[in-house]
Amino acid sequence: MSAQHRDRSRAAAIAPFLWLGLFFLFPFLLVLRLSLSDIALAVPPYAPQLDLSAGVDGVREFLAALDFETYGRLGGDRLYLAAYLSSMRIAAISTGILLLIGYPIAYAMVRCPPAARRALVLAVILPFWTSFLIRIYAWIAILKPAGLLNAALGAVGVAPLNLLNAALGAVGLAPLNLLNTEAAVHIGLVYAYLPFMVLPLYAVLERQPAELLEAAADLGCTPVQAFWRVTFPMSLPGVAAGALLCFIPMVGEFVVPDLLGGSQTLMLGKVIWTEFFANRDWPTASAVAVALIVTLIVPLTLFQRQQQRLLEGGR
Amino acid sequence: MDPGADGAVTDGRLNIGAIRSSFAPWEDPAAEPLVRFEKVTKRFGSVTAVNAVDLAIYEREFFALLGPSGCGKTTLMRLLAGFETPDEGRVWLGDNDLSDDPPHRRPVHLMFQSYALFPHLTVEQNVAFGLKQQKLPKGEIADRVAEMVALVRLEGMERRRPDQLSGGQRQRVALARALAPRPQVLLLDEPLAALDRKLREETQFELMAIQQRLGMTFMIVTHDQDEAMVLADRIAVMQAGEIVQVGRPTEIYEAPVSRYVADFIGDVNLFEAAAVSAEEGETRFAGPDSPGGYLASTDEGVVLDGGLYLAVRPEKMVMHLDPPPEGPNRLAGKVLDIGYLGDWTTYVVGLESGRTVRAARANSARLVERPVGWDDPVWLTFAPDAAVVLTR
Ligand SMILES: Nc1ncnc2c1ncn2[C@@H]1O[C@H](COP(=O)(O)OP(=O)(O)OP(=O)(O)O)[C@@H](O)[C@H]1O
Ligand SMILES: [Mg+2]
Repeated sequence: MSAQHRDRSRAAAIAPFLWLGLFFLFPFLLVLRLSLSDIALAVPPYAPQLDLSAGVDGVREFLAALDFETYGRLGGDRLYLAAYLSSMRIAAISTGILLLIGYPIAYAMVRCPPAARRALVLAVILPFWTSFLIRIYAWIAILKPAGLLNAALGAVGVAPLNLLNAALGAVGLAPLNLLNTEAAVHIGLVYAYLPFMVLPLYAVLERQPAELLEAAADLGCTPVQAFWRVTFPMSLPGVAAGALLCFIPMVGEFVVPDLLGGSQTLMLGKVIWTEFFANRDWPTASAVAVALIVTLIVPLTLFQRQQQRLLEGGR
Repeated sequence: MDPGADGAVTDGRLNIGAIRSSFAPWEDPAAEPLVRFEKVTKRFGSVTAVNAVDLAIYEREFFALLGPSGCGKTTLMRLLAGFETPDEGRVWLGDNDLSDDPPHRRPVHLMFQSYALFPHLTVEQNVAFGLKQQKLPKGEIADRVAEMVALVRLEGMERRRPDQLSGGQRQRVALARALAPRPQVLLLDEPLAALDRKLREETQFELMAIQQRLGMTFMIVTHDQDEAMVLADRIAVMQAGEIVQVGRPTEIYEAPVSRYVADFIGDVNLFEAAAVSAEEGETRFAGPDSPGGYLASTDEGVVLDGGLYLAVRPEKMVMHLDPPPEGPNRLAGKVLDIGYLGDWTTYVVGLESGRTVRAARANSARLVERPVGWDDPVWLTFAPDAAVVLTR
């Protein structure tokens, strides 16, 4: 191997780290530093500021002023813990719903003839061609009390609607008004993240040789048994990939709970936004963000390991 | 029923040859076949993959399907395994009509050409797959798996996954997996195609030993005529969806029914001939390639007519460097090509008629005193009983 070649391959190996350092680690360190600062009535609204003109003393002074006080406040205030738990719960439930909906879709896609398959994959990613914000906004029009959903239900007949509302009323719910409820958040999340669930599932299912199902049938499996003994276990890497790919960003999701969830739905994304823009409390917002990232490192590592295994298995 | 318990084994060693030579249920009119194809036809669109096939396979038989690519071998097996349903005809297993049973209800297992091992399961779990499906008790499954793993000599690899095995090891896992549930018939679709020659030969003998030991019925598909000859009790030669001949390897080789079969199994020289006179057990023929005509042993009467062929195997040709006496079965020509194969040398001889003929000689001596060279004039003769008369 020539020296030049070696240099080039070393550069290629360093490039991803450079990318990560520049676009993940550096911003993360900025946020971390913010979270260790104190709120201040100034521009920018936090202290201390690093004064490099004061030389080493300036740096020392700066470091001395950093503290974990904000985190202490986070731990003390029930609101943050509640938002954190509720985010996890909502993301977990939505991930479950996504799996239940996404798996049959991916499975059906794989069973289609190849030409139809390509069209269906395109259909799955088609929504990405319009703005995410607009698509979520459209759901408001569907879900609001005088919206499309209720109109459609009304068109089917007032009787079933009344019946439904009576039932809802009996269990203490308002007449079918999904907007600004947690249900609306689930609808929005499932809608928005469905492609991220379907595509990894589709990828693993499509790679499965049809012959394996014949082998299972040959060894005595009915089609249903063959699904549970071969198809499903073999698709678990895709299930894990899809679940993590949806769960991780959904925990910090802001747009969907903000537009569809109303004021009662408590999610971290909204908390961070409020702290930053409404309260101008940058250190608290940063501390919430850091806490979120730190807890997500566990599923992120899992996801990364899963991908690694998927790549190795797919040789 | 435990077919492995009796018969083939005597103090742990097998005498396959002895068992083989006495095994011929197809000659016994009272014997009931285990598998019976009855006028089975399968079409794919305009292609008739299997055409009105009648076939009977007997218990404990090692049956080979031989034929060129696309002649319908795999389709015939898939019809028996249940992955295809016949358009016409019936498939029987003993007294049961299998034709409409789905694959999972047939006591017939297929060893797939590509092995189709379950990649998410270990060797052990792969082998146990069919046993679990039979809902055997756990202990029995474990015993049977251990037995199968030992049979295909994969001890120590039980916990590996298929992607951690070599091609030959995978093939043995596939075999063990198909054998473990003791199918009444094991179908093997080109099971050894992926192996190198040496491993293939070893495995062929292993297969025979396993089949004898377990007393099972095997049906194997192969492209490789040598493999079929080595393994099978009987061979069926297929051509374009039809079975053209069924018989013992020696019958197929020594008494092919048509030019197609003669040509497909081994090398053969075919001479156009017209029968001119019949004598006691022999018939005289005339033909363009041999000035002295031909003399061939014929047990059955031959219609005195043209349009016949004489088939002579290259190794039954005797090569002379000095002219033998004039007479029938005497061909003169010169050597056009020599192919040295180690144990054998094949010579391509151009006849005066313009045809080329193959002759083979065993290299029994290390150095021949009069080596044959290119363009040497040679004479070929063959015995009357070396020629087979073919009408089609
Ligand atoms: N599913 C199918 N659809 C359409 N045609 C098929 C199908 N399966 C087989 N055929 C056709 O049927 C014929 C017989 O195929 P088959 O696979 O049985 O051949 P084969 O003897 O096993 O050949 P090979 O030795 O190459 O495996 C071929 O002409 C093939 O193209
Ligand atoms: Mg085939």
